[in-house]
Amino acid sequence: MEKPIISSNKEVVFKTEKRKENECSLADSIKKNKQSYFLMAPYFILFFIFTLLPVIASIVLSFTNFNMLEVPKFVGWNNYTRLFLEDDIFITAIKNTLLFAVVTGPISYIACFLFAWIINEFPRKLRAVLTLVFYAPSISGNVFFIWRIIFSGDRYGFANGFLMNLSLIMEPVQWLKTEEYILPILIIVQLWLSLGTGFLAFIAGIQTVNKTLYEAGAVDGITNRWQELWFITLPSMKPQLLFGAVIQITQAFAVSEISIQLAGFPSVNYAGETVVTHLIDFGTIRFEMGYASAIASILFLLMVGTNKGIQRLLRRVGT
Amino acid sequence: MLRYGVKRVNRSTAGTMVLFIFLTIVGIFMALPLVFIINNAFKPLHELFLFPPRIFVRNPTLDNFFDLFILMSQSWVPFSRYILNTVIITFFGTLGHVIFASAAAYPLAKHKMPGKKILFSIVVLSLMFSHNVTAIPNYMIISALGINNTYLALILPACSYSLGLYLMKQFIEQIPDSIIESARIDGANEFRIYWSIIMPNVKPAWLTLTILMFQFLWGNNGSIFLRSEQLKPLNYALNQIIQGGVARAGVGSAVGFILMIVPVVFFIIAQNNILETMSTSGMKE
Repeated sequence: MEKPIISSNKEVVFKTEKRKENECSLADSIKKNKQSYFLMAPYFILFFIFTLLPVIASIVLSFTNFNMLEVPKFVGWNNYTRLFLEDDIFITAIKNTLLFAVVTGPISYIACFLFAWIINEFPRKLRAVLTLVFYAPSISGNVFFIWRIIFSGDRYGFANGFLMNLSLIMEPVQWLKTEEYILPILIIVQLWLSLGTGFLAFIAGIQTVNKTLYEAGAVDGITNRWQELWFITLPSMKPQLLFGAVIQITQAFAVSEISIQLAGFPSVNYAGETVVTHLIDFGTIRFEMGYASAIASILFLLMVGTNKGIQRLLRRVGT
Repeated sequence: MLRYGVKRVNRSTAGTMVLFIFLTIVGIFMALPLVFIINNAFKPLHELFLFPPRIFVRNPTLDNFFDLFILMSQSWVPFSRYILNTVIITFFGTLGHVIFASAAAYPLAKHKMPGKKILFSIVVLSLMFSHNVTAIPNYMIISALGINNTYLALILPACSYSLGLYLMKQFIEQIPDSIIESARIDGANEFRIYWSIIMPNVKPAWLTLTILMFQFLWGNNGSIFLRSEQLKPLNYALNQIIQGGVARAGVGSAVGFILMIVPVVFFIIAQNNILETMSTSGMKE
């Protein structure tokens, strides 16, 4: 009977010793990496104060009732249950957002890479110009007015004029005021706007691929540009591909401005409502910050989940 | 086709043609806003109100710009002050973010130390939280720190964005360890390695980051933080002019042109540098 007790005692002693050792090595390795922490300090101090703290504050607020005048009142999961059980428009918003993300996310991600890669196939002088042309929608500020002219509801809108000339329609269509058309139009405009941060990261990424790999590839029997793309360029760009995926996810899920600018706010029968426009509605018009924070938290979880899946997929590229 | 002075895999001419035609068609659509804004700025008033609207200008004129300069010279706060404000905010915000974020990205990408994984995932996760709700806590923090209504209220948060750290870390990861190792053997400390080994090797990355930050800060209107008129940035002042609506349509189109052309010029210079560095030196072990 005594034996196991002794042995377990020994184990305990051994464990505490080991823990001490661990602590020592932790302190040691922190000391050893002193310079690294110095390098990181300025950024992370600012990051914690100005980026992380507000996020944490919002998550805490999502469990309260906060109208920005009175002290927040703790309400538990109330905001969340209200979102899913009582708020029909939120369900519409989630549906729209998911549809948006499923369509625009993958297409814009692939487009970002494809165009970055195609542009790189052209002579250098031409490349800077082409990059500018494709990045133009992202750099020219408020560009929605162009789409308002194209989809204008009268005879002079480009879309209406074109279709009436072809005699496909007899009367002008109220594009941005008809429920069925709102979402598809928003998706088209979003795709047009999609060559942004991810696209620039890919352009820079292609430039940093080790050029000797291409020579080696040519020697090893790669015969055309498609093989070169799959076996050399893509695997060498994995870090940028992961970065682009996160950016594209955040853009695809956070669509709001184009909906507000084109379809109006609120849009006809909420046909253009997204999670973020819903959030803006509660945050800046109804001053229900607790509820708006709960919406943000749900959106956050949606994005994190999607990101997990995508990152797993991307690890397999080129293998 | 010869590039980088290195022999490359054969590229079929037919393939290049197909790609070029494809690019041209899509490119026309993408270039629309540029074409539109540039043409509008040079349209005389009656062409701006032409119905149905036309894209191309028929009788280009500089009237809109002259009107704008007259308006600027009448402004209560001298216009040079607005320009100075924007220059200060954009310059320090961009510089601070690029330097701080890449300094933090280097250890995260290349060193093995406690806490590195968790710090990095927090940064990436924070990228996915909607900015619309963090605005209120952010305002409270800035007020509490007493930097409300100073340039710092815009510059410091700009330095703390998650984007730059993530972007820089991904690029620094690709630098071969052997370069860093050999610098260490030569007696360089970490700060030196960061400044003279890491940064030159990821020039395309930080130039890209500079483009993004410049564009973002240039388009900033001071929001709720800068209340004194003397501190307001150019974007705010120019947008006040557009508020004139129909009466200021001509001036407004000139404003649109100016607000767009500065980031565009910056973009072209930076992109040219990105492509230039890489055609002369690749990343070699």
